[in-house]
Amino acid sequence: MEETFEITLFTLGVAALGTFLAFPFAIGLAWLLARRNWWGKSLIETLVALPLVIPPVATGLLLLLLLGRRSPVGSFVENTLGLEIIFTWRAVVLAAAIMSFPLLVRSARVAFEGVSPRLEQVARTLGASPGKVFATITLPLAARGLVAATLLAFARALGEFGATVMIAGYIPGKTATLSLSIYHLVQLGRDGEALGLLFWSIALAFGAVWLGEWFLKRRAS
Amino acid sequence: MNLRLQDIHLPLSEFTLKVDVLLKGRVTALFGASGSGKTTLLEIVAGLRRPASGRVQLSNSVLTDAGARLSVPVHRRDIGYVPQEGALFPHLSVRQNLLYGFTSKPERPAALSFAHVVEVLEIGTLADRRVATLSGGEKQRVAFGRALLAAPRLLLLDEPLAGLDLPLKERLLPYLGRIRDEFAIPMLYVTHAANEVMALCDEVLALDKGQVWFQGNPQEFFEPSQTVSYVVRAKS
Repeated sequence: MEETFEITLFTLGVAALGTFLAFPFAIGLAWLLARRNWWGKSLIETLVALPLVIPPVATGLLLLLLLGRRSPVGSFVENTLGLEIIFTWRAVVLAAAIMSFPLLVRSARVAFEGVSPRLEQVARTLGASPGKVFATITLPLAARGLVAATLLAFARALGEFGATVMIAGYIPGKTATLSLSIYHLVQLGRDGEALGLLFWSIALAFGAVWLGEWFLKRRAS
Repeated sequence: MNLRLQDIHLPLSEFTLKVDVLLKGRVTALFGASGSGKTTLLEIVAGLRRPASGRVQLSNSVLTDAGARLSVPVHRRDIGYVPQEGALFPHLSVRQNLLYGFTSKPERPAALSFAHVVEVLEIGTLADRRVATLSGGEKQRVAFGRALLAAPRLLLLDEPLAGLDLPLKERLLPYLGRIRDEFAIPMLYVTHAANEVMALCDEVLALDKGQVWFQGNPQEFFEPSQTVSYVVRAKS
């Protein structure tokens, strides 16, 4: 029971941290995609959507190649920044962030596109700088959509398995999330314990998605 | 006003907008059929669009000079803009909308105080309401007030009465007259309603497929010979 609690708490923590790390980049990119035309935009759109469609284990393998000790990036991060990523909790967070990123970008983009550009233009004619327009018009009007997008991305991060197993592995007490633990327990034939974790897995995802839908449907007060 | 639109040139999908005029009216009507380039011209003045070539100069300040790659950012132009639908910010109260562009700059004319603007437009009782609860006419008056309270040097009005029914238009027209008389802010007024031009404007700039075909005073513009010319153009 105590172990279930710890695994659930760990999963909640890494999913929240992953979503939190992805958030500013995803929001920035979503805004650029919704409001600006720039060279290479369709290439970036396609690249960002890729983690949604390629097998998560393939994304995991790519990350492993990119961040492994023998890669330039991996050795820089480990030797210069002093951060060990692969097969640590940081890898779990990274997998959660990367796998939820496309979902966050796509939903946030829809939220930004729902704000009339006319309102932003009028705000600018009233003397508001682009930063003020974003903070006082775009962001508040897109807020419900952005919260829903964040909760959906969080739900995706909660259930992340393929990329996580590649770059973090299953290390009890260190990288074991709900989904990794369920898989491991079923492999060992401990189905009863797996069912207990399954319950929490579904309950958390249900809560996040339901809350997201509630935010979207809630009428502006 | 003293608005110089010099050799403005902008290719659009159906025609090329070509304008070279000096506007001097207190209220200049930008007249023409739908899709004749009126709104585009207004957006060029506001800085929301850049012309392919040409200059925009308001009194002594150059706002756009395509040749010199100069374009003063929209928020530094001090040009108010009221689109057809008013575009009030739905998440803010009426008061917050009115005060959005309000700054207490030293050169601010005394007539543009919050109390006076609200009084002229008779919107004082609406200040604590939410935008969603306002009627069409109330929304438009708040949109005028919001633009005025930013103390603009020029006010651009893009068919501000077009979406309203006839009785409401007639009720709102006097408010626009009051804005003209009380605040002395020059206006560029997009419309295709003759009665609005006659009631408010002292200059007309008529566009057809992006080209200026008339500039002068409203009386001349609505002379029978001009009207025939307009009808012939509209049909061609």
